[in-house]
Amino acid sequence: MPTLKEISGRPEILAPGHRMCAGCGAPVVVRQIMKALREDEHVVVGNATGCLEVSTTIYPFTSWRCSWIHNAFENAAATLSGVEAAYRSLKRQGKVKAEFKFIAFGGDGGTYDIGLQSLSGAMERGHKMVYVCYDNGAYMNTGIQRSSATPLGADTTTSPVGKVIPGKTRPRKDLTEIMAAHNIPYVAQVAPSHWNDLVTKVRKALDADGPAFINALAPCPRGWRYDSADTIEMCRLAVETCFWPLYEVVDGKVKVTVKPREKKPVRAFLEAQGRFKHLFEPQNERIIDEIQAIVDAKWANLLARSEQA
Amino acid sequence: MKSVTKPQAPGWKSIPMGGVITEPGNSEKYETGDWRTMRPVWSAKKCINCLLCWVSCPDAAIVAKDGKIVSFDYKHCKGCGICARECPPKVKAITMVNETEFEEQEG
Ligand code: SF4
Ligand code: SF4
Repeated sequence: MPTLKEISGRPEILAPGHRMCAGCGAPVVVRQIMKALREDEHVVVGNATGCLEVSTTIYPFTSWRCSWIHNAFENAAATLSGVEAAYRSLKRQGKVKAEFKFIAFGGDGGTYDIGLQSLSGAMERGHKMVYVCYDNGAYMNTGIQRSSATPLGADTTTSPVGKVIPGKTRPRKDLTEIMAAHNIPYVAQVAPSHWNDLVTKVRKALDADGPAFINALAPCPRGWRYDSADTIEMCRLAVETCFWPLYEVVDGKVKVTVKPREKKPVRAFLEAQGRFKHLFEPQNERIIDEIQAIVDAKWANLLARSEQA
Repeated sequence: MKSVTKPQAPGWKSIPMGGVITEPGNSEKYETGDWRTMRPVWSAKKCINCLLCWVSCPDAAIVAKDGKIVSFDYKHCKGCGICARECPPKVKAITMVNETEFEEQEG
């Protein structure tokens, strides 16, 4: 297990001066992910279109202290899988000597929705790369439009709360399980409130003999509507309520890696955010019960599979 | 707070082929510190060097050396307040102070 002292001595791959909002969860995720790299490892990052891509590479600046490639919204995984294949070939020919790792970053828009087929393809083809989704639960960069990662009941600009519609009417897609169904060596869910769990999992992903997928919770102060100081607290609440369970699937075996001492009601996570404010009006309370039922079912399912393993 | 200078974009003739940026991490020259309305003020005396603030900062604006916090990078810190919130409640080594408090001193 890494210590903070140890990882604080490792290179800072994401330089300051990027233009992500104050208190954004995504750069915290990226910083922690990159701390799993060893000093002797080079890295190529592929980035899907999204907040992270736009705000870290505003011309003529880049915040990346590594090779970095952006192609389009839908093909971060395809692009990086091509780079990885080229690397393997060059390595075989002796034209490249250094050790390289390949990490793709996409938001939930670029991963759950637009880039899903290219991600599925890259994983199925067995490229040795780690795909990281930083999930902030909507298209934040273009103005908080709902994605398939947006939770049930959330207020977004394309699932606005009104007299008839109480926010998003569909529950979120369970992408982590979809990726696990690809039967790849490593799949995990992480949150930056649990940096140790996160860095340990990313190391396993980097060492996996084949593709790995990491789904990272990345709270957005603007879209979720909370004070920017509370980003890590939002993650803690998500984990403690089991809204965002921390677990991994290694070669098909499920393991819950963090069990909250006391499982809090999901209300604790919801009431901290403005996007769920309307759910606490009497006519909408049933939606909170619905969300709780979804969370409970998922948690029970994970625990059962985790114990079997 | 003093206004910060933003470097000019290069003329089109000096742009590399494909618009590639050849200097890794050059966003460091772009100062985001002037976004800040609240400044994290850190007390070295109270700090127990748990590094929880360091690992939670979105802007890599907390400088650690040999496992110890040495300074805050006010050229880039956006004043989000995460560090002050994450510093253990028993320690409270970081206080958020309104930037107007520093205006007289720093012009
Ligand atoms: S206020 Fe935010 S940006 Fe500034 S040092 Fe603290 S965590 Fe980093
Ligand atoms: S969180 Fe507080 S005690 Fe810990 S290193 Fe930062 S300032 Fe020091």
